[in-house]
Amino acid sequence: MLERGMAYMKDKANSLGGRRRRSTNIAALVFLLPVLLILSVFIFYPIVDSFLISTYRWNGIAAEKTFVGISNWIKLVGDRDFWFAFRNNIIIMVMSIIIQIPIGLAEATFIEFVGKKGTVCKVLWFIPMLMSSVAIGFLFNYALAANGGMISAVSQLFGGGNIDLLGNKNTALMTVIFVIAWQFIPFYMVYCMAAYTNVSEDVYEASLIDGATKGQYFWRIALPLLMPSIKSAAILSMVGSLKYFDLIYVMTGGGPGTATELMATYMYKNAFAQFNMGYGSAIAGGMFILITLLSLVTMRAINGRKEEE
Amino acid sequence: MEKQYAENRIKSRISWAIATALAVVALFAAFMPFVFMVFNSFKGKFEMLTKGVFSPPEKLNFTNYQEVLSGGFVRYFGNSVFVLCLSLLLVLFIAACAAYPLARFKFRMNGFVYALIVACMAIPIHITLIPVFQMTKSLGIYDTIWAMIGPNVAFALPISVFILTSFMMGIPKEIEESAEIDGCNKYRMFFTMILPLAKPGLSTLAIYNGVNIWNEFSFAYTLTQSPKNRTLPLAVWDFQGQYSMNTPMIMSVLTLTVLPMIILFIFAQDKLVKGMTAGAVKG
Repeated sequence: MLERGMAYMKDKANSLGGRRRRSTNIAALVFLLPVLLILSVFIFYPIVDSFLISTYRWNGIAAEKTFVGISNWIKLVGDRDFWFAFRNNIIIMVMSIIIQIPIGLAEATFIEFVGKKGTVCKVLWFIPMLMSSVAIGFLFNYALAANGGMISAVSQLFGGGNIDLLGNKNTALMTVIFVIAWQFIPFYMVYCMAAYTNVSEDVYEASLIDGATKGQYFWRIALPLLMPSIKSAAILSMVGSLKYFDLIYVMTGGGPGTATELMATYMYKNAFAQFNMGYGSAIAGGMFILITLLSLVTMRAINGRKEEE
Repeated sequence: MEKQYAENRIKSRISWAIATALAVVALFAAFMPFVFMVFNSFKGKFEMLTKGVFSPPEKLNFTNYQEVLSGGFVRYFGNSVFVLCLSLLLVLFIAACAAYPLARFKFRMNGFVYALIVACMAIPIHITLIPVFQMTKSLGIYDTIWAMIGPNVAFALPISVFILTSFMMGIPKEIEESAEIDGCNKYRMFFTMILPLAKPGLSTLAIYNGVNIWNEFSFAYTLTQSPKNRTLPLAVWDFQGQYSMNTPMIMSVLTLTVLPMIILFIFAQDKLVKGMTAGAVKG
């Protein structure tokens, strides 16, 4: 490709337009060189290298690597823990979309209807977004702790005992999902508020003059207009949920047992706790393939629908 | 007609009451964990256990903070500031360089290069983690603050290029055209015209990337080991090992790590909100 480009440039270089085009090409190359260099070193090469490492058995430290072909991949396809982690990713993805976006939208709608008086809500609702995933993970680890946590304190108030939400296999995943919701609802609130600014004020006033109630305005006018934004919010949430790592790693480390294991935490444990670099790379590769496939399918589905309209 | 109007009014009153009640619940849900954190950070180790977790602290007791600040916290903070500044400078400059030709030049590979860069937005960092870890080791920068710079920059670039390219497409062409007639070449044009005109886009990106880099955990956790070379998100991690049973101490560490964001929020709320949602672009 590059050679052909060079030959093409040489042919054209003789004419004046060609010389101009050549200087444009050179300038483009100069300006794009840094970004291509960095992406090659830290993204493209590592992706290829990951797939290569996945064909070895290697602890990452010793010089000797044993070539094992595709046996890591065969192991991955039949690895129940990996598919269980994938299932958890999917549950988190679906629950995130179901919980976060409607609540974010409801908060934005409330602020939209209340107007200036809603500023307090806006500020307080935004607060979780100021914290990093790691900080949120630790905060909730303590806030939800069986001993001296918030939930236990409330339960004691009503005469109950200590409640250990994160330590219980049956409640851990749901608890984590609610913490993730706590973290991201403000994001979708701000996102929907931005979407509301695209719905013109005139439409709102005209509908009220025509005798529509606020409920009717929301369901019949605003919501259809917001739908495209909500769809892209859902895509964002989807891709984010499949890559999820920090918060869960900090809060539960995938436990208790494998109750909250995700693809990313499973990969991390295999690679950096058990020093199974080959298998860790295979898991990362599987995760990469699954995310790419799911994103492509979703985009195709949504873009396909656009064409029909 | 009259009756229906009255009915509607009652209905709307009821729905408002419900909406307000839910809003209050949401306020508590969003705010209580935060209050829990700040209140308990001022308490003594035993005060929390005896007085209950929701009670305000008896007095503003800064001993936890003093202990945290004298216990290496400043080092983490300094590392974070250094990593943030260097990464951010590189990201903004490199992204601006890349966005300029992508937004303005006509060359054959334009569409392909743009698609290649933008496609990186969906890539999970975990696929690069092991090779980057190995690379860092063989370069001899494992467990130094330099280790985080490359990955931070690389993963901030795709979205930055994406946003800056569309921003630069919105800058009117006339200025450049007249400058070009005056004999200004593309390199001078970039530094004297495009960079200054792209400032609003750059400042939004600075906030978006700044927050992400400030909070970055995975690479920092994987590529560093010793406390003296770690960044702020790991301070909590390391302090937890030290004070795991002392909840108020952990809460004061947490409060300190959130403090810069709170200050930014108080003084530049609109910019921060706008910057943090800059990433919300249609994939």
